[in-house]
Amino acid sequence: MSGSINLLSFAQAVAAGDIRVIDLTQTLSQEFPTIVLPPELGQCAPFRIEEVSRYDARGPAWYWNNISLGEHTGTHFDAPIHWISGKDLPNNAVDTIEVAKFIAPACVIDCSRECAANPDFALTVPFVEQWEARHGAIEPGSWVLLRTDWSKRSYADYAGLRNDGAHTPGPEPAVVKWLVEQRDVHGFGTETIGTDFGQGHHFNPPYPAHFYMHGKGRFGLQCLTNLDLLPPKGAVIIAAPLKIKQGSGSPLRVLALVAGAAPATRHPRA
Amino acid sequence: MTEPLVRPQAKNPLRRTRLPLSPQGVRSRTAHGLTAAAAQGRFALQVCLDCNTVIYPPRDACPSCLSARIPFRDVDRGGTLIAETTVQASTDPYFRERTPWRVGTVRLDAGPIVVAHLHGDTVEGARVRLELKLDKSGSAVAIALPEKDTENMADDPHLREMTCDPKFRRVLITDGRTPVGQAMAGAFADAGASIVFVGLADAWKPLPELDRLRKIERVEIVPLDLTDTESVTEQAEQNGARIDIVVNTAEHVRAGGVVDRHGLTIAREEIDVRYLGLIRLAQAFGPILRARGADGVNSAAAFVNLLSVHALMNWPAYGSYCATEAACLSAAQCMRAELRPGGVKVLNVFFGPLETEWFQTVPPPKVTPTALAQAVVRALRQGLEDAFVGDVAEDVRQRLAVNPKALEREMAS
Repeated sequence: MSGSINLLSFAQAVAAGDIRVIDLTQTLSQEFPTIVLPPELGQCAPFRIEEVSRYDARGPAWYWNNISLGEHTGTHFDAPIHWISGKDLPNNAVDTIEVAKFIAPACVIDCSRECAANPDFALTVPFVEQWEARHGAIEPGSWVLLRTDWSKRSYADYAGLRNDGAHTPGPEPAVVKWLVEQRDVHGFGTETIGTDFGQGHHFNPPYPAHFYMHGKGRFGLQCLTNLDLLPPKGAVIIAAPLKIKQGSGSPLRVLALVAGAAPATRHPRA
Repeated sequence: MTEPLVRPQAKNPLRRTRLPLSPQGVRSRTAHGLTAAAAQGRFALQVCLDCNTVIYPPRDACPSCLSARIPFRDVDRGGTLIAETTVQASTDPYFRERTPWRVGTVRLDAGPIVVAHLHGDTVEGARVRLELKLDKSGSAVAIALPEKDTENMADDPHLREMTCDPKFRRVLITDGRTPVGQAMAGAFADAGASIVFVGLADAWKPLPELDRLRKIERVEIVPLDLTDTESVTEQAEQNGARIDIVVNTAEHVRAGGVVDRHGLTIAREEIDVRYLGLIRLAQAFGPILRARGADGVNSAAAFVNLLSVHALMNWPAYGSYCATEAACLSAAQCMRAELRPGGVKVLNVFFGPLETEWFQTVPPPKVTPTALAQAVVRALRQGLEDAFVGDVAEDVRQRLAVNPKALEREMAS
């Protein structure tokens, strides 16, 4: 088997554009929304940047910044230890997760049309089954990425905050449990601010994407972008979080590898 | 009556902005007793405890009985303007630009005769009120006002040199999300500010009061996040040259002490919003404020800090919050020294618990946001440096002056 894999030709294909590399990452900027919790609870720090020097008296020949942010700021990875259901699993933090798990294939479920006018769209088992009827079953060990085109929205629409909290699409409890138990997925990824439904605190269990995924040692990715550039199947995701000691998650650069050169052959809407 | 101020015309952008100058500001240590009174809007002179003589100018011994027991005490400010003259020429650069300048002698009912600046509506031989004000150098001077208020009297050019009246000035309220920020916007619009910029962070977060805020006359909502250096810098680049008064309404109120808290997250937020937010404002807006201290009718005038009175003495129930407030107070003292060359005042307004959500469990008396906003406008019109708003703030001020150690114990119980 190993004899048949030629990494040099892989690298050459990337260089030649025969394998496209697509950036699924939002730029870390101060303005990008960070998850909002009730104000009496601890909050995730937004991204901040402080210039140390810029070819000036503070450092004549060099430019650099100090940055501050939370583990769950911007495009980020959720490790199983993030949730109480995954707290006792082995190798459950970003520094101890087996590194091979940072590369995995992806199934992209497009519900952008359903979400367009309905921020309370909830992903269900029948919806995924219909997707599978068109594209085949989700293979074990796959990321399931939810394409909602949420990343294209204004920040106000993106956060979707109203008097009763956030309104953004996400999975209902049954489908998360099903993806973990019936499809043995690698993790769940979204364009929205979290992997869960905006009103997910009203579900049973609350925040099912966190509860079930992390409870079974699966991962989360959120604040993704460019999911519309991925095929329903066949993309490979490279998502390696920072090696933070006992980190619950990490901002990271998420890349997708997609075979085929021509950007003109963008996949039809599923 | 005073000739009413005319709304300044749009500034010719090609005209040189004149540099601020200060009158001579050196005072003896004793004479700063007057500065202390002027900073709070009190009229205090030395009073001899042995012979009751009221003393002016400040001295180290009673001129009547040589007693050294001559503390500053609030005294009656009424008097008669017995003589006046008009200075037509001066060698002092500050006064050269401002002549003719009336000065006179006022015989106080309390005894001494005081050389004072004269409000335009004072008349030789008539009754006057004497006030102590901080001039552009930050030192106390006396100014005689007509006994009763006259029309437009705040517009008198001599008086306006010593005050920070918001009329026709452009104001920045740094945080419009707080009830205090919203009340402040209304109060400054009512006070005749020509533009009230109101900062708003995280525009993607809803603000139910936004429509009401927008409807206030002359309010302009601008993006401003005091926790983001770039945002503060950009706002200063955008509007800094047309902001004359900055009112920092950013707050971060959470209960909890220093020992009885779990972790540093809240403390960091407190410091980021309040202390570092102040430093960001100071660095972004301070230099341009200081440079525009003599820029006509709408010259830069003041930087306003809203501080818990517990910056002066910690209140352990809100102990960590108070520690941050104390840091802000210290920074404000530094800002005073740094902005004084521009004649820009730093006004610290102290208050106790507010009638707002984060003081929900605290019993009255509490200060309403509207009362606080009105007090800020009042203090600017008077040209104060320190104002205490509400019963708790006044109580803490008085108890602190008598016995700080007792107050420390009392705050803990």
